[in-house]
Amino acid sequence: MPVFRQLTAPKYGVAEWDEIDIGNFAETRIISAMTRLAGLAVMVLAGGICTAISAETGSIPPDQLAKAARTDTISIPTPGELFAALGKSGKINWAGQYRGPIPVTYSNRAQIALNLGGLIADGFIAVEAKDGQQVKNIGSDIIKLAKALGVSEKLLGRGSSINEFAENNEWDTLQEELEATQNEVKSSMQSHADQDLVILVTLGGWIRGTQVVTSAIIQNYNEQSAKVLRQPALVHFMQSKVNEMSPELRDEPLVKEVSNELGQIEKLVSFPEGKAPDVEQVRKVNQTVGKVMQEIENKEAPK
Amino acid sequence: MRRILLTALLVLALAGSVTVRADTDAEVQARKDALDVAAAFSNDGFKIRDGHWCGTVKPHDHSLVAVNLYAGNQYWFSASATQPAKKIAVSVYDETGKQVTTDNYDNGDKAAAGFAPSNSGQYFVSIDLVEGEQGTCCLVYSYK
Repeated sequence: MPVFRQLTAPKYGVAEWDEIDIGNFAETRIISAMTRLAGLAVMVLAGGICTAISAETGSIPPDQLAKAARTDTISIPTPGELFAALGKSGKINWAGQYRGPIPVTYSNRAQIALNLGGLIADGFIAVEAKDGQQVKNIGSDIIKLAKALGVSEKLLGRGSSINEFAENNEWDTLQEELEATQNEVKSSMQSHADQDLVILVTLGGWIRGTQVVTSAIIQNYNEQSAKVLRQPALVHFMQSKVNEMSPELRDEPLVKEVSNELGQIEKLVSFPEGKAPDVEQVRKVNQTVGKVMQEIENKEAPK
Repeated sequence: MRRILLTALLVLALAGSVTVRADTDAEVQARKDALDVAAAFSNDGFKIRDGHWCGTVKPHDHSLVAVNLYAGNQYWFSASATQPAKKIAVSVYDETGKQVTTDNYDNGDKAAAGFAPSNSGQYFVSIDLVEGEQGTCCLVYSYK
């Protein structure tokens, strides 16, 4: 059982509660430091810092678990979370995981959405590598692809922010900005009646993230890092969201192929609890997601 | 008349299919308070996810949210509820429904649970009403 440290005293000044624009987390970045104090102050004033260890006392039956809420924004981890977990097991050569530039001239919307997700994952890789120029290049490609889908003009502002943070080596803020950019793309898609494309952005990001992580694990295998690959419920959830898409979109050759491969990938990442996959199993996952990624990158869907 | 009704129904159905539901004031308040709790953990290097879940907490009922976590990371799940909910608790269950051991922070209508999973996979965060009546709640999480 890990022991969490006590909450530490914040370093910042007086909070201004009413200025928090909680409709968009990224935009609260400037005052977020001040809210840390506010959060802590509330806890202290209420006499509330009472970190306790809960006992393993209860259980919930499967029928109730099946009814649990599942949403794209909270049930699906970001590539940044995956990379953070991988980074715990040793030094990763993140720059060695870059891929060459991808075309940003696709005309098929499903393909654009899948590649957009992949590019956002690339952005997280560049942040891990602390490579400002690469972040800027990827940020520019993200904006190009997003514009091709007709998403919000606000994204242009995001592009400028990404450049600014990259120039100032603000890596944590860049991670937040990338996630906020991804959420803004998705939110814009929803308001443009393109909600079916949202899961494709998420899926593209997960596939690219898994390709990178499996590749890094193969290069320097250890059981601890291989444990991050166990995600059958996550793949199952994404598959179920793909199945909920409109029949027209689901029948597009690229979407069909990606969907078919997801079933295979779900089996490949279904390791027993507590057991890490061996290097051959990791290689198999890498080959499968690599094949899907190639299809996403290269295949121009039929008109 | 029938045609008008049908048209109206069609328009309503289409509108319903494309509308993104806005957060209610109670949800906004609960989210703000949950973010305040989560912000305290940022001092320890936890990054707050730009995502949230809002729902209701009811007496004698678990409000469950499925999350997918990675072994190696540490997580804090922070929640807040609005009146008339007075006291809530946050707990975490593994994919079989067994409660896992967590560090807990409880402060009336705000609560948090933190832990580091030893296995990657699906977990369930439960927000429970301990005192008060049904209210709106919001969950955010942070990781490092």
